[in-house]
Amino acid sequence: MASAAMKRSPTLAIFATGFVILWVIIASFPFLWTLWGSFKVQGDFFSKADWTNALWGTRTIVETGDAFTTHAYSGAWIDQEFWRASLNTFIVVFFTVIISLTFGTLGGYALARSGYRYAFWLLMIALVFRAMPHITLVSGYLLPFFEWNVWGHLPTSIIVLVAINQPFTLWMLHSFFLNIPKDLDESAMVDGCTRFQAFRYVIIPVMWPGVITTGLFSFLLAYNDFAVTAMLLSQENQTMVPKIASFLGSTFEEGNVMFAVAAVVSATAPLFVLILFFQRQIVSGLTAGAVKG
Amino acid sequence: MPHKTFFWFIFPSLAAMFLFIAMPIVSVAFQSLFIEHEQVLIEVENCGPFGCETETIIDNDATAAIREAEPLGRFNGLGTYFDRGHLATSEIGEAWSTRESLGAFVSEVMNLPFYRALAFTLTYTFVCTPLIILLGLAIALGVNALPKMFKGPTIFVSLLPMIITPLIGSLILFWMIDAEGVIGKTLQVLFDDPDLSLKASPALTWITLIVYGVWSSAPFAFVVFYAGLQTVPEDTLEAAMVDGASRWERVRYVVVPYLMPLVVFITLIQLMDNFRVFEPIVGFSASANATSLSYIIFADLRGDIARFNSAAATSILTIIGVAILLTPVLIRTWRDFNRKRT
Repeated sequence: MASAAMKRSPTLAIFATGFVILWVIIASFPFLWTLWGSFKVQGDFFSKADWTNALWGTRTIVETGDAFTTHAYSGAWIDQEFWRASLNTFIVVFFTVIISLTFGTLGGYALARSGYRYAFWLLMIALVFRAMPHITLVSGYLLPFFEWNVWGHLPTSIIVLVAINQPFTLWMLHSFFLNIPKDLDESAMVDGCTRFQAFRYVIIPVMWPGVITTGLFSFLLAYNDFAVTAMLLSQENQTMVPKIASFLGSTFEEGNVMFAVAAVVSATAPLFVLILFFQRQIVSGLTAGAVKG
Repeated sequence: MPHKTFFWFIFPSLAAMFLFIAMPIVSVAFQSLFIEHEQVLIEVENCGPFGCETETIIDNDATAAIREAEPLGRFNGLGTYFDRGHLATSEIGEAWSTRESLGAFVSEVMNLPFYRALAFTLTYTFVCTPLIILLGLAIALGVNALPKMFKGPTIFVSLLPMIITPLIGSLILFWMIDAEGVIGKTLQVLFDDPDLSLKASPALTWITLIVYGVWSSAPFAFVVFYAGLQTVPEDTLEAAMVDGASRWERVRYVVVPYLMPLVVFITLIQLMDNFRVFEPIVGFSASANATSLSYIIFADLRGDIARFNSAAATSILTIIGVAILLTPVLIRTWRDFNRKRT
């Protein structure tokens, strides 16, 4: 940092700092605003009279007697059974991540250690699959799933999400395993291990950083998905994101929008915690594929 | 690694991808060749005091029965692809032959659902992607110059728009730009127009969606560029400075060329992701003014009667679009791969 090349004129420094501050506000303000507003009534969050009402909670005080109300949260979580949706999300996300990583480590390891041309082709096919819009795949599943009576169940969407996740997982773990020296497992095999034993006793103990990073992205894909879960799950098995969409779709009666606002804040919280603890892994994961080309 | 071992290692992953990615593509291709059964019509004779008359009515039971028996519908060949909801060849031909001006022709084409969606999808993809790269680079340069203690928190905040569920992120912004929300109100005051609504006109809706797209994806470009900046060799920068390069010239001729491989990577990922733009349109309830290819597939499947065949035909057209988008990348990678081998 102290190098001469990094020195800059004061004007430029002020401009750069100002720009970053502006970006920080643009990036964070919507979240802070919605978090604050979720404790108000609809009359304040969408104020016809004056937008500062949302800050001080003018209507909230009139309607509930206090500047903060948790009415939206109790309405969403209890009356609208959002707890059920969050439980479903937990099940779907948990199994999707576990199965994705199991399949992905095996496949990624094989791709990284095979020198044959077909390994390259498999990676290229995975890249093409990664580009497929999810909804086009869903339109392929829907009719067969109806016919086979597997539509609407959690395991169905778990396995579909695992499959959609595979191309990305393979790419990421493949490039991670390339970084683990070949000598490690090859020397184990010289000592008489089979390939699988080498994988089990030599590779698995050292692979956790890459697996955790990949797991974070699998988590995000499953957690953030709307196309698959909205189309493939029945009403009672709905996960959080389609449930939030259905809050909006149903009726536009007073207060219902606030349920959606509270639900949105609730669904954001886990992501917030995730970045708090895993910021470094997320950043390294995003750059892993890029820096190596 | 021997072929057999390789096969067993990759088998679970390959099976999952084959069954749930490759097969659905075959399935949509197959479905797109069929069309829903027509309603079964029967003629009934109504005899009253003034004689008999025949009437044609829909036999609901028979219609339901035949739809139940053959859910795929009846064979239609490539008919679905050329109907009004998709490529609409005959409508376009007619619009062309009866055109009054080029503008009128274009606006007529833009009324056809498929072309409307295609126009928005392409605009979104090719406007968002460069903006994301520019904004990401600008933020990365800015953050790189910050004192160390501010970097961590800034990155933390920057990750939020990217990591947020797309539907939730767009809803959060949607509520804020509502005419009664904070940004919507502020804009009304700024432009001194109490009726200003970002949802009213197609142009404003498109701009809103693109702004959302840039907001949610710029962090990705930022993080990648930021990591890349850490590896720019300082010697080269200093050498450039000794040669009299200004700060701007150093960015232009040293940093940017060094980051070029990252630009290619980000462009590839962003083209793929922006081409399937879908959730923002649901979140912003923007379907009246802007639809994307993914959205019209969703709408077909979500309607009162799911139109599988129509959705399948759009899906195939979308997949062709993705293939065209990826071809340059695949050719390039193939060349690189061959060069490395030889």
